[in-house]
Amino acid sequence: MVSCRKAFTSTLLELAKNDPSIYAVATDSRGSVTLGDFAEQLPEQFAEVGIAEQNAVAMAAGLAITGKNVFVTGPACFLAARAYEQIKVDIAYNISNVKIVGVSAGVSYGPLGGTHTSLHDFAGMRALPNLSVFAPCDAVQARYITEYLAKYSGPAYMRMGRGDVERVYDDDETFEIGKAKLVKDGSDAAIIACGEMVYYAKQAAELLQKGGISARVLDMFTIKPFDTEAVIKAAQETRAIVTVEEHSVFGGLGEQVSHIVSENCPVKMKIMGFPDEEIKIGNSAELFNHYGLTPEGIAAEVKRLL
Amino acid sequence: MLTLNEIAASRRLDVLEMVYRAKSGHIGGSMSCMDILVNLYYYVMDRDTDYFILSKGHCAEALYSVLADLNYIPKEELETFTRFGTRLAEHPTKKVPGVVTATGALGHGLSVGAGIALGLKRDKKGGSVYILMGDGEMAEGSIWEAIMSAAKYKLDNLIAIVDRNRLQISGGTENVMPMDGLSARFQAFGWNVVECDGHGDMTAVLKARRKDKPSAVIANTIKGRGSSVMENNAEWHHLIPSAEQYIQIKNDLGG
Repeated sequence: MVSCRKAFTSTLLELAKNDPSIYAVATDSRGSVTLGDFAEQLPEQFAEVGIAEQNAVAMAAGLAITGKNVFVTGPACFLAARAYEQIKVDIAYNISNVKIVGVSAGVSYGPLGGTHTSLHDFAGMRALPNLSVFAPCDAVQARYITEYLAKYSGPAYMRMGRGDVERVYDDDETFEIGKAKLVKDGSDAAIIACGEMVYYAKQAAELLQKGGISARVLDMFTIKPFDTEAVIKAAQETRAIVTVEEHSVFGGLGEQVSHIVSENCPVKMKIMGFPDEEIKIGNSAELFNHYGLTPEGIAAEVKRLL
Repeated sequence: MLTLNEIAASRRLDVLEMVYRAKSGHIGGSMSCMDILVNLYYYVMDRDTDYFILSKGHCAEALYSVLADLNYIPKEELETFTRFGTRLAEHPTKKVPGVVTATGALGHGLSVGAGIALGLKRDKKGGSVYILMGDGEMAEGSIWEAIMSAAKYKLDNLIAIVDRNRLQISGGTENVMPMDGLSARFQAFGWNVVECDGHGDMTAVLKARRKDKPSAVIANTIKGRGSSVMENNAEWHHLIPSAEQYIQIKNDLGG
């Protein structure tokens, strides 16, 4: 098992060795992001601004003005909140060639408490015009998105968790930006998930299969641009949709799906995620378990809707 | 050839026309920073290699007047200031030729400028990066993050200019958030600092550099500079002149 952040940094380092325009900006986050090798091997393409997220993001915009392809990195909880105005103005409004990479997102830092959760970032980032938003579910996908972002010229936000994650995809799997990845086809219900929840969604579908329920699993790793068609198709071809995300039930994947479903093809839905309340203290697994974000919990919601 | 004062007087008249026509804008700060802009754009900057950021973006009309006079944008476009569909918003964006970054949310410009300055240094390119900030703006914490990082990276190609007019929207800066001792603060953060009159010839001060240190220029100015109607009155942060005031300000400005 490999973490998404490690897949991101090892990919970025490989690419940056052959492309001096690729820069990484850190916020005392070399350890948390796993950028130590990058900083050591490519010091001229690295900037460390300390614990100062606002300055990091705005400086990244300045570096981009001089032609750099900048990846500004740090824990998602800080980058996506402390530096929100800089992301809104200096990156999105400016259409800067800056990629904001938030690690240890969601409840990765669960034991550290509510200061360290980032269960709001999809909501905040989705609302900013010009900004693409991605959430890889495993190392293969994190690598793909990183390679895409290195080629793409424009503003983007990528968020990922901290821990090692189970592999959802084979090494040679291919993806398309703006298109949901069909993990498993099915006709009774659709489970639409992103990030680490994709693996649980896949397991939930396997549990349901044993009970004779055919569940489709869609990996919505590309939160923006969003695959509206795949959602409409799922609404038309199945009888219920369950969304699952490591994010507040407000403003994230689930709301986006319900927006599309209610406008185009109403169908029974359940948005699974973190409730609008102070989140309990615990590690990711404990928190997922407590809030029902498990294969069993997801399967139970699918059954309830059907 | 026009003198610095003559150029600045014309630009101030542009600002008056824009604000009076649009019934919006920030006339007080635009008048206070105009001589700084004229010094930079007409006498100091190499416009092919240097960068300028109006961090106090609310004084966009002052910048637009300069950009129009120097043919970045058509002169007649100034008439569209803040009109529906214009690219000349009350705060500048990259849609305006000559503007490298959108400003208007305060406290961003110096960080963006530090990024440009670092990029230029890493590429071993010449060119300086000038950032014009308001003194009220200096209360934004992000500016002090930028000040630290500019010192860390020895950005001697970065010049921060503070339009020290001592007034902001709610009144005196010293009442809202004291800014006295600004020079000492910059120095304590490792910057080279010069104080000067912000309404005269500042070319020598703006061109001066100290090896391995970023430079701050504290330009002492008068808010609403150019007309007794407005000078040193915080209300004129964004007041719109009445018809009578418009005539008097125009007279005061020699128009």
